[in-house]
Amino acid sequence: MGKTRLIAETGAGQHGVAAATAAALMDMQCVVFMGIEDTQRQALNVYKMKLLGAEVIPVETGTGTLKDAVSEAMREWTSRIADTHYCLGSVMGPHPFPVIVRDFQAVISREIKEQILQRENKLPDIVTACVGGGSNAIGSFWHFIKDESVKLVGCEAAGKGVDTFETAATITTGRLGIFHGMKSYFCQDEYGQIAPVYSISAGLDYPGIGPEHAYLHDIGRAEYIPVTDEEAVCAFEYLSRTEGIIPAIESAHALSYAIKKAPELDKDKIIVVTISGRGDKDCSSVAKYRGENINE
Amino acid sequence: MSNIKNAFANNNKAFIAFITCGDPDLDTTKKIIYSMQNNGVDLIELGIPFSDPTAEGVVIQAANLRALTNGVTTDKIFNMVREIRNDIKIPLVFMTYANVIFSYGADKFIKTCSEIGIDGLIIPDLPFEEKEEFLPVCKKYNVDLISMIAPTSENRIAKIAKEAEGFIYIVSSLGVTGVRSEIKTDLNSIVNAIRKNNPDTPCAIGFGISTPEQAKTMAQIPGVNGVITGSAIIKIIAQHGTNAPDFVGEYVKSMKAALI
Repeated sequence: MGKTRLIAETGAGQHGVAAATAAALMDMQCVVFMGIEDTQRQALNVYKMKLLGAEVIPVETGTGTLKDAVSEAMREWTSRIADTHYCLGSVMGPHPFPVIVRDFQAVISREIKEQILQRENKLPDIVTACVGGGSNAIGSFWHFIKDESVKLVGCEAAGKGVDTFETAATITTGRLGIFHGMKSYFCQDEYGQIAPVYSISAGLDYPGIGPEHAYLHDIGRAEYIPVTDEEAVCAFEYLSRTEGIIPAIESAHALSYAIKKAPELDKDKIIVVTISGRGDKDCSSVAKYRGENINE
Repeated sequence: MSNIKNAFANNNKAFIAFITCGDPDLDTTKKIIYSMQNNGVDLIELGIPFSDPTAEGVVIQAANLRALTNGVTTDKIFNMVREIRNDIKIPLVFMTYANVIFSYGADKFIKTCSEIGIDGLIIPDLPFEEKEEFLPVCKKYNVDLISMIAPTSENRIAKIAKEAEGFIYIVSSLGVTGVRSEIKTDLNSIVNAIRKNNPDTPCAIGFGISTPEQAKTMAQIPGVNGVITGSAIIKIIAQHGTNAPDFVGEYVKSMKAALI
C-alpha cells in the first residue's frame, strides 16, 4: 500500500502497544490516540508505547476516553491519507474494518477449538469473553458460531450498574444508532447524542458495540450480559489468588460471569474464558478502587 | 427540486454561511440569521449540534459543545426555524450527523424539515454508498440530500455528481473543518470531473475558507457557483457571544462583496 506511517486509537493501551510494536518492527512511524483519562489510568502502557518509539497523543475532547480517541484518529486520517494507514483496534467503525479485525482475531477461536478437541475430545459448552467494541469476543466466537451447542456469552461493562448513568453496557442500555461509520447499538439520549459512558476498564469504556455482535444479539445466537466494576474487580482478585494469573480488568468481566455460572453446571461441562490481556497494567487502578495508592 | 436553486439563480456566486444552532443560545442564533440575511447571505447551513462531530475541527467542535451544554435539542431548533421562517426568505439547510436524524426517526425528522421550510440536508458522516438510509424519505418530502465531494473521492466523483441534488458540496482540502491559510488542492480538476458528469447542479466549495480573498479565488474557478464559510463565523460568535449578530453581519457583507 506504500504507507509509511501507522495511526491507531487505544483504550486500555493494549492495541496501542501492539500497533507500536508492529511499527517498530516494520520501521514505520506510529502515532497513537488515547483519551487523556485513559493515559492516566493506563500509564504503564503509555510508557511502553513511547518505549517502542510511538508518539502518544492524549485526547482531551468529550469524555477523554476511547470514543474520543477513535474520533480523533478518524479526523487525523482524513487529513493525512497518502502515507498513513489507520489500524483500527476493534471490530467496529466503517466497513471493512469490522471484517478485517474479526478475521485476524478469529485465530482465538481457531486455537480454542483445536486445543479443546485435542484435550477433551468435545466442544466447550460455553465460550465467554469481554465486549467493548468486541474484538476479542468476536474472535473467541467466530469458529463456534455454526456449532449451535456452544453457548456464546459476551460480557459488557456495567460500570456502577445498568440502572445508573455510569455504565457502558451497550446491549443492555443502548438502542440502534449510526455512529463512527457503523449501524449498531449505542448508548445515547433521546435525541441521539452519544452518552458519556463509564467503566473501570478503559478497554470496555465505549458507548457502542461492533455491528456483528449486534447481529448475533438480534438473531439470538449470542447472549450479552452486564458485569459491574465490583464484580470484575472481585474476579480479578480471585484469579490472581487461585491460579497465579493476573488477568486484564477487561477480561475479568468475562471471568466474573464464569465464576457465577460454573456452580450451576454439571462438573463435566466446559466453560472457556478468553483472557485477552494481562493485568499488570491494571494493578494501580484496582488498588485505587480498593482505596490503596501504590503510585507514590 | 427545492428552493436551493434560488441561491444560485442568474449566475449569482452564492455566499453560504454555516452556524451551529444554539451557540451561544437560540435567541442569538435567530438574530444572527436575520443579520446574515440583511447582509446578503444567499443560503444558510444550520448546524444541529452533535456530541461527537467527527468531521469538525476544534472551532466547530467547541460550538457543538457550547450549544449542547446550554440544553439545545432538535425539537427546540425545529421551533426556532418555525418562528423565523416567514421572515427568512433565503434557502435553509440543516447540517448534522446521521445519528441525530436516525435517532429522531428519519421519517419524522425529514417530514418536519419539509413542514418548517428546510430545503436540504447535509450529513457529513453519510457516505454516498449508504445514502439509501435517508434518500427515499428525502424524496418523499421534497428535501434535497446534498452530496459532498472531497479530494479523496477520485473515481467516485462521477457517480456522486450524476445523482447530486440541491448543490454539490466540494470539500476544498483534506482534513476536518477549520480555517486554513492556504488551499493547495487541485480544485480545477475536481470541478472538471464533476462538470463532465453533471453540468447543471450548482457547486459550492467549503472547508478552510475564511477571507474575502480566498472566497474570490475559489469562486473564480470555472464551474464553481459559491463558497461556504463556517469556522470563521463560529470564531466571531465565540468571541462576541450574544453581541455577535452585528459582527457576523459585517463579516458576511465583506465576504459577499468579494463575490460580486
